[in-house]
Amino acid sequence: MKPAPFAYKKARSVEEAVALLGQHKDARLLAGGQSLIATLNMRLSTPSLLIDINGISGLDGIAHKGGTVEIGALTRHAAAERSETIAQHAPLIARAMPHIGHVAIRNRGTLGGSIAFADPAAELPACLLALDGELEATGPKGKRTIKADDFFKGLFETALGPQDVLTAIRVPAAGKDTRVGFAELARRHGDYAIVGLAASARTTGKGLSDVRLAFFGVGATALRARKSEATLVDGDVDAAISALDLAPNDDVQVTGAVKKHLAGVLLRRVAKQLMEARP
Amino acid sequence: MSGYTLDISLTVNGERLNAHVEPRKTLVDFLRDDLSLTGSHVGCEHGVCGACTVRVNGAIVRGCLMLAVQCDGATVETIEGLSDSGEVADLQKAFERRNALQCGYCTPGMIATVQDLLKRGGVPGREEIREHISGNYCRCTGYHAIVDAVEAVAQARARTQMKK
Repeated sequence: MKPAPFAYKKARSVEEAVALLGQHKDARLLAGGQSLIATLNMRLSTPSLLIDINGISGLDGIAHKGGTVEIGALTRHAAAERSETIAQHAPLIARAMPHIGHVAIRNRGTLGGSIAFADPAAELPACLLALDGELEATGPKGKRTIKADDFFKGLFETALGPQDVLTAIRVPAAGKDTRVGFAELARRHGDYAIVGLAASARTTGKGLSDVRLAFFGVGATALRARKSEATLVDGDVDAAISALDLAPNDDVQVTGAVKKHLAGVLLRRVAKQLMEARP
Repeated sequence: MSGYTLDISLTVNGERLNAHVEPRKTLVDFLRDDLSLTGSHVGCEHGVCGACTVRVNGAIVRGCLMLAVQCDGATVETIEGLSDSGEVADLQKAFERRNALQCGYCTPGMIATVQDLLKRGGVPGREEIREHISGNYCRCTGYHAIVDAVEAVAQARARTQMKK
């Protein structure tokens, strides 16, 4: 047994989870556990209490209503991967899904967990930024909504407070003029990316508008490359690559310079996806 | 807090049982240490290697990334159960015939993972097989023989299906 001892409680409602978080300052929420239990095993995390939210009904599910796709925070990656609604109305998330971990990981891991954990090399935070999505959190004062652009604050740091439970993810449903692109480079399929890019745009017939490029694996959080977004509207891919305002650090796999180069390679691939006619 | 246990009741390889477990005990440690089902192996213990892959409620999971207390009410199947039922007998034979294992440490997790792919039906391509086992490390074979074995079983099962 590798984890340090902790107590365990199954929350029956979001309100109960919020209350428990208030009573136990170093408690952690257990959703899919695919990152948390690994950190427990390595004793990087030693909470006194785990609050298991897996039994809370109504926290999972995927719905398309009023031009928005709403995904319950407890929805498993495997369910999103199989979802017709996601495939049709949130195609960027559908494209990202197969890159997240492996089958056995996707069977347990949740979309909310991945977003709340905010790993800088994870796919979903970048997808949310690219889609201009929003997050719903429930805390002691009730529900509130946070724009994706305001959610990711720093390395593994989000706008969630110590007593907040992430409850839902909302992204605008794709329209006829929506274009999305996704690419990532990893040493092994399913690993965290060396560099990745999630993108969305609208086609105007002649070119693109509303381009949003969200890179991951290049900084403390997923990052939008705003200068390149503006340049890509003009259709000049080379200029968009030159305008990449990223300064990735070296990591155990590659140097920052290599990451920067690879970001340009991915931008070229994704720009092509954005400019192609929708199948 | 060490020694504090919770009661769970679950079905393991078809057998209903009750147990007291410490919350911090992972599923794979529970299977190995408490139930002596040592076919599920402990490798990296942080979800990377796949040696601990087991089935919970019909879906494959990492035994090291799930707590035993989370399996209250669940149905768990390990390589022992899959072997005894004969569900993976053809895969086991093919692995042996094609040298798809040397030390065998990854094999129980590998078999559980490829059975998850093959029970969907059809004959997956080699790329699809590789992708499906991308979360299972094998440090001996270089994977080629494993893909050969899985492909052969998929084709054989498809032929049997056609005859029916």
